[in-house]
Amino acid sequence: MAGVRRSKVMGEVDAGRDYAEFRREVRDWLEANCPPEMRDGAAGEDSICWGGTSWTFTCAAQKTWLDRCVERGFTVPTWPRAYGGAGLSRDEDKILKEEMQAIGARSPLDSFGIWMLGPALLKFGSEEQKLHFLPPIARGEIRWCQGYSEPGAGSDLAGVQTHAADQGDTWLVNGQKIWTSYADRADWIFALLRTDREAKKHLGISFVLMDMRSPGITTRPIQLISGASPFCETFFENVEVPKTQVVGTINRGWDVAKYLLTHEREMISNGGNVMGSGRALGAVLSDSDTGQSDPVLRGDAMRAEVDSLALEMTLERYKDQAEGGQGVGDASAMLKYMGTELNKQRLELIMAADGADGLTWGESAASSWLRTKANSIEGGTSEVMLSIISRRILNLPG
Amino acid sequence: MAKLIQTEEETLLSEAARGFLSKFAPVSRLREMRDAGECNDPELWQEMAAAGWAGVLVPEAAEGSDMGHAAAHVLAREMGRNLTVSPFLSTAVMAATLLRQFRDETSMGKLKQIASGALTYAMAIDESAKHSPERVELIAEKRGNGYVINGKKRFVVDGCEADRILVLAKSNDGLCLFDLPNKSKGISQEPLAMIDSRDAADMVFDDVEVSGEALLGEVGAGYALLKPALEAGQAALAAETTGLAEAAFDLTTDYLKERKQFGITIGSFQALQHRAAHLWCEIELTQSAVLNAGRILDESPDQATLAVSVAKARATDTAQKSVQEGVQMHGGIGMTDAFDMGFYMKRARVAAEWLGDYGYHAGQVAQLRGF
Repeated sequence: MAGVRRSKVMGEVDAGRDYAEFRREVRDWLEANCPPEMRDGAAGEDSICWGGTSWTFTCAAQKTWLDRCVERGFTVPTWPRAYGGAGLSRDEDKILKEEMQAIGARSPLDSFGIWMLGPALLKFGSEEQKLHFLPPIARGEIRWCQGYSEPGAGSDLAGVQTHAADQGDTWLVNGQKIWTSYADRADWIFALLRTDREAKKHLGISFVLMDMRSPGITTRPIQLISGASPFCETFFENVEVPKTQVVGTINRGWDVAKYLLTHEREMISNGGNVMGSGRALGAVLSDSDTGQSDPVLRGDAMRAEVDSLALEMTLERYKDQAEGGQGVGDASAMLKYMGTELNKQRLELIMAADGADGLTWGESAASSWLRTKANSIEGGTSEVMLSIISRRILNLPG
Repeated sequence: MAKLIQTEEETLLSEAARGFLSKFAPVSRLREMRDAGECNDPELWQEMAAAGWAGVLVPEAAEGSDMGHAAAHVLAREMGRNLTVSPFLSTAVMAATLLRQFRDETSMGKLKQIASGALTYAMAIDESAKHSPERVELIAEKRGNGYVINGKKRFVVDGCEADRILVLAKSNDGLCLFDLPNKSKGISQEPLAMIDSRDAADMVFDDVEVSGEALLGEVGAGYALLKPALEAGQAALAAETTGLAEAAFDLTTDYLKERKQFGITIGSFQALQHRAAHLWCEIELTQSAVLNAGRILDESPDQATLAVSVAKARATDTAQKSVQEGVQMHGGIGMTDAFDMGFYMKRARVAAEWLGDYGYHAGQVAQLRGF
């Protein structure tokens, strides 16, 4: 989480002497290539480079930084080189992240392609699909959005009804998606479509990639309580899609969807792009009069701090497990649930500490505070997470 | 830093401990002792010493197994699962951590005796109802080459049966730490009828005359010497309490799968499922905090305060939640003495207070995090 680093809490990460040379190399490369403007440690919504054909760089340095990282494969360091990555191991990736953090380097590129579709394609995609779709994600050329939820399929995601009718070599798609993040700015969409209406609901879904410029696709932004419109409604009217754009097996899209969701949940619990203000609670409280004088607020904040630190240690532990070959699996539901609930609580505390200063639009934490309310809804609600834990981990009936 | 996952050795150790404890010290043993009015099991301690547990933090030079804090936590966690009664925390964790700061012959001799199971210790630190190690009124007055000690200590865990006590006292030149025989002239122990059926005592020191050799380290260095021992104890107690929380949770989920009402198992009710799932999340976070504290204590013990306090605060809170939900989800049977949940609840309450409660440790965290 922003503002809380392992070095302070848990001692320096030291991957061993073997990596000293790699670390030096990375440090030198960053020193030579990361533009000064990109070293301000910014990680908020406004500083993200999303890429895509409609992307306007906020400054020349943002473009330079992206270009240089693309050249080294550093936008997706752990992806194989053939797909635009740098082929780094997890330990090397950790070192790269540490070195970037040490100089406050911004992430060169963030996108749903990197966080969600990429991992799913790497696992389920055909070689052709990987070679075709992954490099443009790595280069920030194609921006993806996620077509999962529908007006009638929220928590009951497997109930999607947007229909793909079999036309031989193509599908004919009709229906509606909702909560499609940045659909209005995306180039392509990965979506769950109903390809068999007769089968049981989990077994009639396919995972399909579609060009957003296809005739028949329209989007409409939804204004949220925070004032922002990151989500859209997306409509499909007689959209033709080649069958080569199905990822994995036809009617087995739910497996891809679930795999992708575990990544999405880890990403959200990890801070992702949606965690709002990165101000540390300690700093907030010591900066504000209320924070100094209100014992109830201080008590609540102390509890939140203890919990945040324990969550951070858990993220670290799960990463260590994943490296040791023990996957995180269903426990990602826990990270998502605890991470988002804690983040909501953190922003409530920040708002309380800021008092009247937090009540205006603009510089205040107000829009972050409102944005966090979606954290425990998007990517599976807290209640869905608890049900996953109850069934798949605790093996409770029903 | 070493990874936050159990090593192979730690897994083997925990399996061995589980086998050992299910044989020698399961929850039924605590019940037996409670019914018999006993709060110590010297034979069990000898078995533990033979298995290398008593010397878990004793250097090899003093014939200890010196397995380290993380290993001590593995053992403590299993003891927590079984509610095992032993002087492990006072003697093998705290006294050993304290004494190993000295390498003189006397200290090495004591460490050797700890490892062999021949010597047990109690920590006489607190003087009020809340853990506050630096608030000391017990007075040590210099007289000749020695001291005369007067005052009171409260809630001395293992205080009735321990062979020796480590006592924090106030002198004109700052806090001092003394290592005394528990049965010294002038010390009286008042046994406490503890809710967790364990050994604890209030102590009165009435003109206790001690020689200068009883003073550990320098005058005024008492708290600095004590701190690493306290932190080791707090972390190990957090591990024990986490084991307790896990065991109470296991009892509860088993019951949810077995108990029927309205014609179906109660574990199919979402109201209970979500509470159980939430509790599981809490336990996961706490396990991470305990693992982390063990790694830090083994690698950089002088920077362990934050990690230890996060672990102790979390473990305290999680155990309380686990036993409270445990009783509630069991319903009436959870309230009966015949059922084990009550033992877990009572131990959780005592463990919450010992060596600093939630507020004490959350306060430490806040201070270190710039609040």
